Amino acid sequence: MTALIEVDNLAKTFDVSAPWLNRVIERRPRQFVHAVDGVSFAIERGRTLALVGESGCGKSTVARLLVGLYEPSRGKVAFDGVDTRATLASPNARSLRRRMQMIFQDPYASLNPRWTVRDIVGEPLVEHGLVSDPGQLRAEVGALLSSVGLALADMEKFPHQFSGGQRQRISIARALATEPEFLVCDEPTSALDVSVQAQVLNIMKDLQRERGLTYLFISHNLAVVRHVSDQVGVMYLGRLVELAARSQLFQAPRHPYTRMLLDAIPDIAMTGRARTPVQGEVPNPLNPPSGCAFHPRCPHANARCTTERPELSRYQGIQIACHAVSEGRI
Amino acid sequence: MTAPLLEVRHLKVEFPTRRGTLLALDDVSFDIAPGEILGVVGESGAGKSLTGAAIIGLLEPPGRIGDGEIRLGGERIDNLPHARMREIRGRRIGAIFQDPLTSLNPLVTIGRQLVETIQVHLKTGAEQARRRAIALLQETGIQAAEQRFDQYPHQFSGGMRQRVVIALALAAEPQLIVADEPTTALDVSIQAQIIGLLKRLTKDHGAAVMLITHDMGVIAEACDRVAVMYAGRIAEIGPVADVIHQPAHPYSVGLMGSIPSMAGERERLLQIDGAMPRLNAIPTGCAFNPRCPQAFDRCRVHQPGLQTVRSTQAACWLHAAGHGGPA
Repeated sequence: MTALIEVDNLAKTFDVSAPWLNRVIERRPRQFVHAVDGVSFAIERGRTLALVGESGCGKSTVARLLVGLYEPSRGKVAFDGVDTRATLASPNARSLRRRMQMIFQDPYASLNPRWTVRDIVGEPLVEHGLVSDPGQLRAEVGALLSSVGLALADMEKFPHQFSGGQRQRISIARALATEPEFLVCDEPTSALDVSVQAQVLNIMKDLQRERGLTYLFISHNLAVVRHVSDQVGVMYLGRLVELAARSQLFQAPRHPYTRMLLDAIPDIAMTGRARTPVQGEVPNPLNPPSGCAFHPRCPHANARCTTERPELSRYQGIQIACHAVSEGRI
Repeated sequence: MTAPLLEVRHLKVEFPTRRGTLLALDDVSFDIAPGEILGVVGESGAGKSLTGAAIIGLLEPPGRIGDGEIRLGGERIDNLPHARMREIRGRRIGAIFQDPLTSLNPLVTIGRQLVETIQVHLKTGAEQARRRAIALLQETGIQAAEQRFDQYPHQFSGGMRQRVVIALALAAEPQLIVADEPTTALDVSIQAQIIGLLKRLTKDHGAAVMLITHDMGVIAEACDRVAVMYAGRIAEIGPVADVIHQPAHPYSVGLMGSIPSMAGERERLLQIDGAMPRLNAIPTGCAFNPRCPQAFDRCRVHQPGLQTVRSTQAACWLHAAGHGGPA
């Protein structure tokens, strides 16, 4: 198996300083948020990597960096062995964009309300010159709609005539229009009800099997991640803290943060199970803690954790960034 | 069994429109006992929030109660004048909403908001109210409550704001708390803290809770009984463990099966095809019949009432005696 996506030491810093005049008068320093701070992973062709974490951990920023919606501050992304940043700046950008697409969280905001479904799903086809005449466009859009379980007649309708789940299927059909190899899905089911979520997740799985798609799946819902992923990366304050195969991560989580997240999910199969109370909240990313960013909430933190930042390293078949684990304390 | 604290009987909520009256809640009946946590679960538009709004008397016009009655401690509260209802709301029924930022006044310190609430309902002096407010903040797990007392809502994180909202809801020691999606806007780790807090506080204060959520996990963890709503009606109601592990209504079966679980392996999730009908297109008979894999003739014509099935009650003809359909 070869990796389709290779991400190496990727970072994105946002400048959130006050305006220049305020900085001068109030003597305030420049301020930066390290939204993504040195993330590395690879996704094999036809597999799904899920990134999980709480709000503000940088998982959506990673998604946007991968498809080129943000420029990385540091590090690089290789798609099929080619550096995406250089390619997107070159005349070959179109052919690369055609090969990777994105599905966004909110199907109410990501579809143009004044366009019919045919325009929405057909736009990538026209834009990339994949169809030559209106008849072919119709046929292609029809085929895409039926692959996500929508009817041919839906082509002439507008987004407001559809429910949330149907809209998300339109988004998927649009993303599939250019026959991409790689799909970045940023919380694709978070805005949906559970029964509709099940429909969308099933469609995504079927499409992956049929077309050999590679997914980066961003979610905060661990149960959904467990259902769809092959590999799982857990993020905390812009860094990966644990990266492991799905079964390993869910059966034997190693990082204290992963354990905390798993303990925190209510599960319907275990009625009445007492959850381990989680202490504290995610710290302010403007002013992250020294050393390991998780140490103020971690039950296993010691002096080293407060000063020295652990790097993500291989340990017993998984990748983990934790002093307590690498020292064998837990 | 003690007398129920809240009794809802044949509640109908309707919205008059130019094209006729839409029935958003139809014949909803349930009880909540003192100290009990009743979960109300369902998909968007099932009517769960509307049920909560009807109980606290905050239905948005033109929505109105068309029929039925709501009793709190034996007293009818659905037809009270606004002024009287305002006294009950906050004093006897507390409310917690989904978004803690919109439930708090951004221009007023949280301390003043609490003191005001306490003084309005409990008629205490300023100093006493302040002490009680600080005690409430401490009780909801806010550290350094004395210092945070004079801070504004924007200085609190989402989880901390929700604690303040819970403190506000508990300020006047209400008998009933209506919590509408109290943890939906929060991260999982914070969600666990808030649910734990809600459970502990209601137990300590002996308050009953109506917990409205779309998250079955939260229901499983927090509630004693659960009502599953579909298209404005209760599809099934019963003890949490029974509804989750042995759902009697086909909709509950589909709903439970469509939730990705943390235990066991499943290649595909069970899915209920289609979507919930809109209010202006509710099918005749059982509202679920077009999506139901077990529907038979009777379901398409007659609307089922709640039938007792084992320990739960389900509105489904499959469980009626001599139903004449497929077993």
